[in-house]
Amino acid sequence: MKGIITVVGKDSVGIIAKVCTYLAEEKINILDISQTIVSGFFNMMMIIDLSASAHKFEKVENDLIALGKDIGVDIRLQREDIFNSMHRI
Amino acid sequence: MITHHEVLETNEMIQHENLDVRTITMGISLMDCMDSDTEKLKTKIYDKITKSAKDLVKTGDDIGNEFGVPIVNKRISVTPISLVTSGHGQSACVQVAQVLDKAAKEVGVNFVGGYSALVQKGSTKGDIDLVRSIPEALSTTERVCSSVNVGTSRNGINMNAVRKMGEIIKEMAYLTRENNAMACAKFVVFCNAVEDNPFMAGAFHGVGERDRVINVGVSGPGVVKAALESVRGADFETLCETVKKTAFKITRVGQLVALEASKRLGVPFGIIDLSLAPTPAIGDSIAEIFHEMGLEHAGAPGTTAALAILNDNVKKGGVMASSYVGGLSGAFIPVSEDHGMIDAVNAGALSLEKLEAMTCVCSVGLDMIAIPGDTPASTISGIIADEMAIGMVNNKTTAVRIIPVLGANVGDTVEFGGLLGYAPIMPVNKFSCEAFIKRGGRIPAPIHSFKN
Repeated sequence: MKGIITVVGKDSVGIIAKVCTYLAEEKINILDISQTIVSGFFNMMMIIDLSASAHKFEKVENDLIALGKDIGVDIRLQREDIFNSMHRI
Repeated sequence: MITHHEVLETNEMIQHENLDVRTITMGISLMDCMDSDTEKLKTKIYDKITKSAKDLVKTGDDIGNEFGVPIVNKRISVTPISLVTSGHGQSACVQVAQVLDKAAKEVGVNFVGGYSALVQKGSTKGDIDLVRSIPEALSTTERVCSSVNVGTSRNGINMNAVRKMGEIIKEMAYLTRENNAMACAKFVVFCNAVEDNPFMAGAFHGVGERDRVINVGVSGPGVVKAALESVRGADFETLCETVKKTAFKITRVGQLVALEASKRLGVPFGIIDLSLAPTPAIGDSIAEIFHEMGLEHAGAPGTTAALAILNDNVKKGGVMASSYVGGLSGAFIPVSEDHGMIDAVNAGALSLEKLEAMTCVCSVGLDMIAIPGDTPASTISGIIADEMAIGMVNNKTTAVRIIPVLGANVGDTVEFGGLLGYAPIMPVNKFSCEAFIKRGGRIPAPIHSFKN
């Protein structure tokens, strides 16, 4: 299953490192990553593959939300299907 | 591959423009629960509902979390209860309502619809028992919703039932007078009621449906309004195209959620209801869309045209996004559930008569309108008759959900709470229609040729 991670918040050192470390530990592969800074705000999107992860989607989602709170940014994980449905015919 | 921009757009809709899936409604047939023994009937109904829908709320929440889109309501609709309780008498009907309420609480849904009777051409003894029981049933339960279909384009209008509706609405208002006539907010009178509507208070599981089915109601007035902000001042072609594209996107989310819920619950997918349903929240209003289109307030000249544009283009965009479209599928214009409509009433821009005109071009009718408590039953029946006539002649669904609040007068505001919102008391035409309503009998079906 593919998921989309979005990270939004105030820019600081090590945001991508911390998210990627967590994903590596969970055996979640990153398929695509893009990032911009808009007026000091960090804005990142990742497309990830969860199929090798041992944990349920819900656990990964909650872990990422908790990680976001630690770093001070807003992290969301959503299944890719919602974006495909909305933007692709 | 999905682009960053597309992800941002979707999440902007969800986080800032109130995009949500308004309801996943499981339709459950109770035909196989019939029994000559009332106690057995009640047990069978309770067991079937609690067994069928035991995972509904959890599944809805799980899907909402995984896709990151809120699924606001999880609900149940059942076979019109008058068919199931036929022969058991009026007090058994009330007991069944209480069983429905208990089952709804057990599975955690916020409403169960289908305490209903279909009497468009005439009433059976079972229908009469149920209709008479509605005031007691709705005032002694919390989550049960009721509807009565009193007319269709094929059958005409049952005016005896229309007269009775005015009386029971008054009775309900009296029984729940301590609670702002709350029972009336759970009751709707229909012309051309549909069998697969997922929205309350009018949802029921029609007899033409299969045993169980998943119907989904989408929403998103805030998303349409935000999209229109980007084309401010543009011509009608651009306006219509923008509404269509937005409706497509909203509906695709509903379709995705519906298919996923159907798969996980093992219940076939029925339909997507393409309705723009407002809530009292700021930014989730149909009236705000009118404002964005260029009307100072809902109710200003041009409002009926604006609503026609909105309704038609939501359908045009939505139909392509879903494999099965059904239910009511149209913009809802409830007063109490839409802060922009409330503002319009308070500003003197929107009257009951203008709302009636607006219902000619949209679903679903006069919805959540609070009126003075001293309005005569015959006047309420007259308002219902007018609305039913619009539905009958125009081959569309129309409905009336009207709330006479005892002790309240024009200028007062009543609070219903939650999604039901609050409503200013609207003035009603004071001239009598009593002799007209008293006639009784049936209005014959209209002619559907000679269309000029």
